[in-house]
Amino acid sequence: MSDKQKRASAYWKENVKYLFILLIIWFLVSYGAGILFKDALDTIIIGGFKLGFWFAQQGSIYVFVILIFVYVRLMNKLDKKYGYNE
Amino acid sequence: MSVQIWTYLLVGITFALYIGIAIWSRAGSTKDFYVAGGGVSPLANGMATAADWMSAASFISMAGIIAFAGYDGSVYLMGWTGGYVLLALLLAPYLRKFGKFTVPDFIGDRYYSKTARIVAVICALIVSFTYVAGQMRGVGVVFSRFLEVDINTGVIIGMIIVLFYAVLGGMKGITYTQVAQYCVLIFAFMVPAIFISIQMTGNPVPQLGMGSKLADGSGTYLLDKLDGLSTELGFNAYTNGSKSMIDVLAITLALMVGTAGLPHVIVRFFTVKRVKDARKSAGLALLLIAILYTTAPAVAVFARTNMINTVNNKEYGSMPEWFTKWETTGLFQFDDKNKDGKIQYVADKNRNELYVDPDSMVLANPEIANLPAWVIALVAAGGLAAALSTAAGLLLVISASVSHDLIKKVFKPTISDKGELWAARLSATVAVVIAGYFGINPPGFVAAVVALAFGLAAASFFPAIVLGIFYKKMNKEGAIAGMVTGTLLMLFYMTKFKFDWFGGGTSEDWWFGISPEGFGSIAMLANFLVSISVMKLTPPPPYNVQEIVEDIRIPSGAGEAIDH
Repeated sequence: MSDKQKRASAYWKENVKYLFILLIIWFLVSYGAGILFKDALDTIIIGGFKLGFWFAQQGSIYVFVILIFVYVRLMNKLDKKYGYNE
Repeated sequence: MSVQIWTYLLVGITFALYIGIAIWSRAGSTKDFYVAGGGVSPLANGMATAADWMSAASFISMAGIIAFAGYDGSVYLMGWTGGYVLLALLLAPYLRKFGKFTVPDFIGDRYYSKTARIVAVICALIVSFTYVAGQMRGVGVVFSRFLEVDINTGVIIGMIIVLFYAVLGGMKGITYTQVAQYCVLIFAFMVPAIFISIQMTGNPVPQLGMGSKLADGSGTYLLDKLDGLSTELGFNAYTNGSKSMIDVLAITLALMVGTAGLPHVIVRFFTVKRVKDARKSAGLALLLIAILYTTAPAVAVFARTNMINTVNNKEYGSMPEWFTKWETTGLFQFDDKNKDGKIQYVADKNRNELYVDPDSMVLANPEIANLPAWVIALVAAGGLAAALSTAAGLLLVISASVSHDLIKKVFKPTISDKGELWAARLSATVAVVIAGYFGINPPGFVAAVVALAFGLAAASFFPAIVLGIFYKKMNKEGAIAGMVTGTLLMLFYMTKFKFDWFGGGTSEDWWFGISPEGFGSIAMLANFLVSISVMKLTPPPPYNVQEIVEDIRIPSGAGEAIDH
């Protein structure tokens, strides 16, 4: 394998690792907090919101937005590290 | 000034704006027409994507559906936003690096097969036509209610406007009108929401107002009040649903994956300059979408509470003017079953006297809350912006599928750039006329086929694209078998339970308790399984295709979207 290929495959490995972590969070806030554990979280009340209901209709969406911007930051750094930025 | 004069004024100004932008941003080449020249800034692309994505369904229908479905409505909120995470992380950057014009372009090249390209074109056409018919209908409803013209005249006016900027400007015209339309629609959605939030809870931020105490000094939280009202009338508590957990999971997944697989959304990411711009503009698009999507559940809570308080157990004769106006559209229907002259609104179907179409909630909400005339007119202009922007985006996918994927790539590869541009304009015109026809004569199954559009996008495109990027060894046999299986399975299940084909069936007969709306997730899994199994039994893709995959994984050197 040439140096160029080695660099590319190391970059890809780190990229996939980031995706994996971010998608676990994506799953936990929507399918987890908003659906599977909704009833348990509903026993916690913050202001006028039951927590499970809040995650399903508000919280998950805020986390989605944050996730994409975290991804953008991580990838911009990764591009720089491997010299793929332009 | 009356509501009607305000409406004419605001709708007139916004339409003039769209036409002005269309003239300013005419397309000169196929590249302008398909991908707006490939130099759109991430922010402009984010705004255009948001307007493209937020359709009449998001603006007019969604808050109303949530108002009646309560917690069950969360599937739309999570499903239609969570899909952007998949889009940003799994699709957008790599498709931008690939750098072509359409989704079938990617499928056709990555799977080195004309068959794969044609299967993708057919899926893109079904998905887009289904969707666009709904948008034209939305335009008609807004026109008929607020400008008191005939629904059909409304559809035709909408057709002419879209025709004008889609045909003239292509993606370039569409992109910049969508930027303007985003501003109009978000302003139109937020202003009444903020007014009503202050009115009901004293909190100007609707997202917080939803979880605040009522402003009437009772010290009750709004959501507790609505839960109480709902159970009193025999409905489920608002914050609890009635759907099974497995179905909620399946629908949410089908909508998320379907969103990520919709061709008119994906194609927007071909218009930016670099891979890093594609990532950033996906984030900006979701941020701009989230403003509406986190407000909608608040609007739903306000509208439902307000409606129950305004109509339930009140004299029919004392109803305000807007009530009768909505009755004439057929979206409100009152039937005095016990002849006491009062409106009883309850869950029990035999005693309930009021039918409210969820589509009327967002449009009626400002009137129910007694807001000023200009706010009501603004909502009409916003609804039109939402419907027109989405219709235009879909028309572009349709015309590109025909002129680029079929004519240029399959039937007549020698066609000149100029000839292709004219073919694109012609197919956009034909598509507008067909969409208008469906808007005027809506097939009875529009609601059913919209769910089908998401199911199909989830079952056909998503697995083929993701495997194409993340699984280098995926070959054409696997991808085609998977797309065909997913699409057919989805069509079978939908027609069986929605149109009673193949012996029909009721919700008792659903597979694994999953509704047709959620079945896209099962069909998608079937696609993945079939793709991978068939791939194991057939020869690997040629070396140069594996090289393409390695190349799209690296962000640098994306260059401009080019035609090979």
